[in-house]
Amino acid sequence: MITNIGFGSLAIAFVLTLYSVGAALYGVRSKAGAWVDSARYAVMSVFFLITLAVAALIVLMLTGHYEVAYVYEVINSGMPLYLKVTALWGGQEGSILFWCWLMSGAAFIVMLRNWKEDRALLPWVIVVTMVTLTFFLGLTIFAVNAFYRFWTMPNGAEVTSVFQPAGATPIFPYNGVGLNPLLRHPAMIIHPPALYLGFVLFTIPFAFTIASLISGQKDDHWIALTHRWTLTAWLFLSAGLLLGMWWAYGVLGWGGYWGWDPVEIAALMPWLSGTARRWTAFLIMLTYTLVILGTFLTRSGLLSSVHAFAEGNLGVPFFIFLSLALIGMFGLLLYRWNDLEGHGALTSLLSRESIFILNNLLIMGILVVCLWGVLFPIFSEWITGQRITVGPPFYEHAAGPLFVGLLLLMGIVPLTAWGRSTIKTLGAAIWKPLTAALVLLVIAFVLGIREWAALLGIGVAALAGCVTLYDYGRSVWLRHRSRGENIFQSLWRTPGVSRRRYGGYIIHVGFSLMALGVIGINMFQTQTQATLAQNQSIQLDGYTLTYRTLEVWDTTGGSNLAQAVLNVSYDGTLVGQLFPTRNYYYSIQQSVTLPAIRSTLKDDLYVVLADWQDITTQSATFKVYHNPLVAWLWIGGGVLILGTLMAAWPSEEKRRRNRQVLS
Amino acid sequence: MKHLSRFTFASMLAMIALLAGVGRAAAQQPTPSDNDVNQVASQIYCPLCQNVRLDVCPTAACAQMRELIREKLAAGWSTKQIEDYFVQQYGPAVLAEPPAEGWNLLVYIVPLVALVAGAFFVAQVFRHSPKTQSKPARPTLPSEDPYLNRLEDELQHRQH
Repeated sequence: MITNIGFGSLAIAFVLTLYSVGAALYGVRSKAGAWVDSARYAVMSVFFLITLAVAALIVLMLTGHYEVAYVYEVINSGMPLYLKVTALWGGQEGSILFWCWLMSGAAFIVMLRNWKEDRALLPWVIVVTMVTLTFFLGLTIFAVNAFYRFWTMPNGAEVTSVFQPAGATPIFPYNGVGLNPLLRHPAMIIHPPALYLGFVLFTIPFAFTIASLISGQKDDHWIALTHRWTLTAWLFLSAGLLLGMWWAYGVLGWGGYWGWDPVEIAALMPWLSGTARRWTAFLIMLTYTLVILGTFLTRSGLLSSVHAFAEGNLGVPFFIFLSLALIGMFGLLLYRWNDLEGHGALTSLLSRESIFILNNLLIMGILVVCLWGVLFPIFSEWITGQRITVGPPFYEHAAGPLFVGLLLLMGIVPLTAWGRSTIKTLGAAIWKPLTAALVLLVIAFVLGIREWAALLGIGVAALAGCVTLYDYGRSVWLRHRSRGENIFQSLWRTPGVSRRRYGGYIIHVGFSLMALGVIGINMFQTQTQATLAQNQSIQLDGYTLTYRTLEVWDTTGGSNLAQAVLNVSYDGTLVGQLFPTRNYYYSIQQSVTLPAIRSTLKDDLYVVLADWQDITTQSATFKVYHNPLVAWLWIGGGVLILGTLMAAWPSEEKRRRNRQVLS
Repeated sequence: MKHLSRFTFASMLAMIALLAGVGRAAAQQPTPSDNDVNQVASQIYCPLCQNVRLDVCPTAACAQMRELIREKLAAGWSTKQIEDYFVQQYGPAVLAEPPAEGWNLLVYIVPLVALVAGAFFVAQVFRHSPKTQSKPARPTLPSEDPYLNRLEDELQHRQH
């Protein structure tokens, strides 16, 4: 019954999306506004229908309807309530349905806005968002349906389908398999929604771009209309990536957070193209393409990686959709080519426009490296039949220098002016922050850092941070002087002048801090592994870890836990205890390593319980990583999110409108 | 990181030298330590589970392969010899990067060509862009401009 409600509302939603596309197109053709309005209402009702389907699936999951294949796959009666709900995006079928729901929600919000001024864009925004949604709804209905049930055929074969096949009897399993234990982590609850939301929200600026190109609007009006959508999408994508890194660090147990896994890269690529400055039609189309490609790569099973939790047969439909979308975009770009030209003249190599262009060049460079690194093994296997790995060293050698270049450009951009910077003006502006950065660099050198690549990275990050702080300080000081506010008032009020600008500054500071963390773990990580008898110790970078005991017991959640106790001392003084754990899940016969992490601003001590002697637990094997400065990656990430929030905060736009009215 | 990454060529060289040293030292020891084994294993990718380094792979198969490395080290094999052995057994996918030869050279050449082409394109844009000032120069800091300051003040008053 509930499955039928869920499936039924999906089917109606699918028909309605098709209708809305047709009605919008017909409305444009026949200049009949009523048809466009009808399409608009159809879009809005699609959201309610998909909400109903999602609600149906959640009810099925919460009430343990294991006769539904998806519920059987991701739910187990031992799972806590919050996991039972969030298992919605824990598997293939659910996550595509969830994608549809977010997409329809975004479209719903866009439909709510006041369309009086840009009525010409409305039908095309409907067409673009609904064609995308139709594709994904089609996938959930025809390829990866979350409402399939188990049936036994008269000949004894087990099949899955929504409706009862002739002569089949339903199967009611007693319990489900349950969510992949790797996914039972707090970050995993928010990581997929954040990432999907980022993906989905990028479709909105894309829809406006296409709408504006098709309807032949010559101005860049749509950029302003969608700026906050873009920023919000970027915000969620950043948060999603950071959470994914945090999860990898806390769960996967290899002492790191980013392995240049193809699926990580698939999520990084739209983020990169979304980071490029000066949004143009081309970049928005690129981002949309990368969003679809990213979903395709992660969900098609084309890439085998730690992320390929579910493999499926989505390859062909995705490929066709992506190809059609690319052809359409390319054609549209050519068709409207003349309208797209005429960007501002580049008056100086050091002007802000030029820096943005260089910035985009570097980002495109990183994108090419990423895309090629992900696709080449696939091509290679098709053509030569031989499997190869394009692993982290490739990306680091190829993209590392480009990232340093990006950081450098980010450092100097606040000091450049639109159109008129020269070496002289830049030099006059930069010498103070440059001196501060050099002082920091000398401090790093005195502290014992000698590797030139690390010094280069720290220097560039320090410059970017110092320039930002200097520029902010200068604005505060000017305000303090010219208005007679006290310095704290100025500190507080300066960002209010232009949220977007100062939000951008905070983002820059966040990037600089993150760079510290990346340098710390990439260049100075050390590790050791040893099998210890009780009360034996292992040393690493001044830390001494002593193995005390190991306990093994069965949990109520259907798993077997092995937890070791280690005393940690630094330079002879006891600083704490660590409890590296291994959790073995009986139902799926899979164990999860839970590293114990002692995190400080200076460094992380990361301990993995690799093995132990059964029964007697007299000895155990530990793998210990020392990760300097990695905490700054998370701090910097938090700062970056704050900065983005500030830049995207609503009141800014109102203020800008007021300013336009005034001038 | 999933591996002991080295950004620079110099430190790569240093590590190879170090590994060679470890290899030699290990040849004299009866049982190479876990660290010796991991150092070799970190250069090799698990042939079964993709994109997982052999030194961090938790599967039993990989534990066996690490033991194999230990035996080879004890027998006096060098890191290079062990790597070659794995390539021979499981194919080039066990290497972190494809060997730079033949068809695989494309991995390295394509991004480079793309970047050079991009740089060339940007250079063209710079060269052919009209040198006239199409946009009026705007001040970097709003607060440097007394007019904007006044404007902002006015705004503040209107809002309150």
